[in-house]
Amino acid sequence: MSETKGENAIEMKEVEGLSQGKIVFKRFRRHKAAMASIVILTGIILLAFTSVGLDVGTQENKIRVEGWWPTGYTGSNDVIERGVPTLDIFPEFIDGTGVQIGPHPFGQDEIGRDNFARVMRGAQQSLMVMFVVGLVATTVGVVVGSIAGYYRRWVDQVLMRFTDLIITIPIVVIGAVIGRAVGNLGTFVLAVFLGLFAWTGLARLVRGEFLSLREREFVDAARMAGASNSRIIFKHIFPNAIGVVIVNTTLLMSAAILLETGLSFIGFGVQAPDVSLGYLISENQNAFTTRPWLFWYPGVFIVAVALCVNFIGDGLRDAFDPRQKRKMTKQEAKDLRAVRGAKK
Amino acid sequence: MGMFLLRRFFSSVVILFGATYIMYILTAYSGDPLEDLTQSTARNKEELIARRIEILDLNVPPYLRYFLWLGGVLKLFIGQIDLGQNINGQQVTELLAAAAVSTLTLVTTASIISIFLGVMVGIVTALRQYSRFDYTVTFTAFLFFSLPVFWVAVLLKQYGAIGFNDFLADPQIPPLWLALISLVSGFVWMGIVGGDRPKKIKVFLAAAAVTAITLITLLVTNWFESPGIGMFTGLLLGVGAAFGITTISTGLSNVRARNASLVVVGIGMVVWIPFNMISSMVSGILFFVLAVVTVLVGIAVGWFMGGEDKAPVARTSAITAFVMGAIIAIDRFMQAWKPYTDSSYISGRPIATIGSETPNLVGSFWVEGIDAFTHLLLPTVALLLIGFAGYTRYARASLLEVLNQDYIRTARAKGLTERTVVMRHAFRNALIPLTTLVAFDFAAVIGGAVITERVFAWSGMGNLFISSLARVDLNPVMGFFLITGTLAIFFNIVADLVYTLLDPRIRVNA
Repeated sequence: MSETKGENAIEMKEVEGLSQGKIVFKRFRRHKAAMASIVILTGIILLAFTSVGLDVGTQENKIRVEGWWPTGYTGSNDVIERGVPTLDIFPEFIDGTGVQIGPHPFGQDEIGRDNFARVMRGAQQSLMVMFVVGLVATTVGVVVGSIAGYYRRWVDQVLMRFTDLIITIPIVVIGAVIGRAVGNLGTFVLAVFLGLFAWTGLARLVRGEFLSLREREFVDAARMAGASNSRIIFKHIFPNAIGVVIVNTTLLMSAAILLETGLSFIGFGVQAPDVSLGYLISENQNAFTTRPWLFWYPGVFIVAVALCVNFIGDGLRDAFDPRQKRKMTKQEAKDLRAVRGAKK
Repeated sequence: MGMFLLRRFFSSVVILFGATYIMYILTAYSGDPLEDLTQSTARNKEELIARRIEILDLNVPPYLRYFLWLGGVLKLFIGQIDLGQNINGQQVTELLAAAAVSTLTLVTTASIISIFLGVMVGIVTALRQYSRFDYTVTFTAFLFFSLPVFWVAVLLKQYGAIGFNDFLADPQIPPLWLALISLVSGFVWMGIVGGDRPKKIKVFLAAAAVTAITLITLLVTNWFESPGIGMFTGLLLGVGAAFGITTISTGLSNVRARNASLVVVGIGMVVWIPFNMISSMVSGILFFVLAVVTVLVGIAVGWFMGGEDKAPVARTSAITAFVMGAIIAIDRFMQAWKPYTDSSYISGRPIATIGSETPNLVGSFWVEGIDAFTHLLLPTVALLLIGFAGYTRYARASLLEVLNQDYIRTARAKGLTERTVVMRHAFRNALIPLTTLVAFDFAAVIGGAVITERVFAWSGMGNLFISSLARVDLNPVMGFFLITGTLAIFFNIVADLVYTLLDPRIRVNA
């Protein structure tokens, strides 16, 4: 078919003289939803971490970095007008009040705590869990998967049976048990432990990649040149499997934020006095009819973060997939339809 | 093959032992099972504590107590499994048996519907790749994928149950909403059917008009208060289904298949009235038997009318028979709707937000069926949205992958119709990776239903698990885990087997 040849020619021309990273980046930039998601996600992260400030340091030695938002997430204030949100994004000519943020843009709960500060703190916690789980699970998954796939034989058997062992337990169930066991040690510890059980899927995929990549000529070449096993694994094979890892890490992260919020919702995640987005929803689910804003804002933030991460993952998958064909232009689509139509 | 199965089975058992051990230790050290008693003010506190320690063998350290529990589980082989007692002294086996049935009902319903819908929508989006419809569905799928289930659940309770019950109390659709619903329906059908611009406009107008007219008719005839299908509409639906199913299954050019389907619809119309006369005697088992008989009749009709190519005709008429039977059964269920909503237990608010059945309600098979339906509705929708999103994406990707293969081009080049190419050459092969996915997912969904069950106070295994875990009540937690773990391993093996059966290129090395 001539059009396939034409498409290939365009594709070849497009990637001429570029490194793999540049090709991927170029393809990724074309994915509009993913680009928009990156902007939105960065915005949410900046908003969450700068607004209410950060608590860094250990339990004994607390260091507090103040944010620009005046109200804290724990202290209660006077309830103004039943705590209705003061945020107004419609300009004056629509509803006659004009754009304003007001003292409590996302409203207040029944004892006057500022919902904006609480949602921001919750978003911080949920985002932190998401990144920590992603980091820990990716590290463990890559190490286990690459060692199993590279050394094969009994190492592979032992590691993969161990993976099977953990994969048998549904992640929500492990999460709940972990949350019950270490939830009171703080969100960070919880996230690390969740990560220690979330790596199994990735390990299987990485192992599969390694099993096929290790038979390739460039690995033989590296071995002939005297490269050590660890050098072959990390410098030669791993860069070739990076696509699978990155894509699945993003998917893992979106699953992680939903997992954390779900666990906090059923009471096995982040514990009071700290808050997370899932905890906020759990706290306010019965206030839906009286104070719907307490329910909507945290939920919208969860959905927004998860959606952005999913779209970024989709964009990355498209970018890393060498078989992926460019979307046809209108003219090409028309030609193709004409060909098919004529056949009928 | 036998060797492979045996090896898989033994390694699975070892894995299950390991996994249960990890879970046992984690759960045991997650808290203190005596917490509620040590803080209680009961006068016989010491006695209660001593009793609980005795029932649960709490003086044995967890890493050894596991083996006591395991001993009870292994009694399975002499026919009397013993999963221990919960902290109140109830037998876990009994608790689990009741909970497992209601969880399986929920999960099975949700899985079947989401697989069916997901695969259907996935196929349509793959065939209309890069159309507006495709983009909309893709976005919706991502959105569903990103929804926390508990958040959706609260929304469903608010709008799906409370809002819909308010609507049922006074069924009125404002004209603006009517117009909006019709427009959306028009756009959806336009996207599904596709084609060039004049065709699109025609489809859009037709779909919007049909939707509007249907809704108005339903409102005018008070359908929402006492729903039903009726024999005339039933006949129309049946004939429509016969044509539709024939088109997809064998193509309308197969006259035998079309006629067989129409005959099946005719048989359905003949048994309609007699069935309604005996329907008050129908029980669950009889209902199941009737369903099987319906499909068998369909197969028989197809077989006798099939001429030389019996199998496709029998398949088509069997599917038609199933759909026709469903129409008759749904009509009968709908007749029980009004007595159900008017009864004092329901008092006009049928869609339930919590629980898996109305307490104390006793009625005929049909009334209880509706009760089960109204309770299943919301949790199923909550589970469905997420499963649906996944299956749509997988079905789409899988079919696109297949459609790019060379043999599809060959099939088109041979001059086969688009239906044959898609349904016979592409769709069947696209289903192979999906079957494995379904097998894996089913076990995961049972675990994932934990949160859904919690929100809807569904008295299933997930709820049992959460409440037991909160009290560090080891035995029910382990019972739950034993069931999900066993199912996960079982479905893993099933997935492997099905894969080898469906794809002859894959061989297991015994």
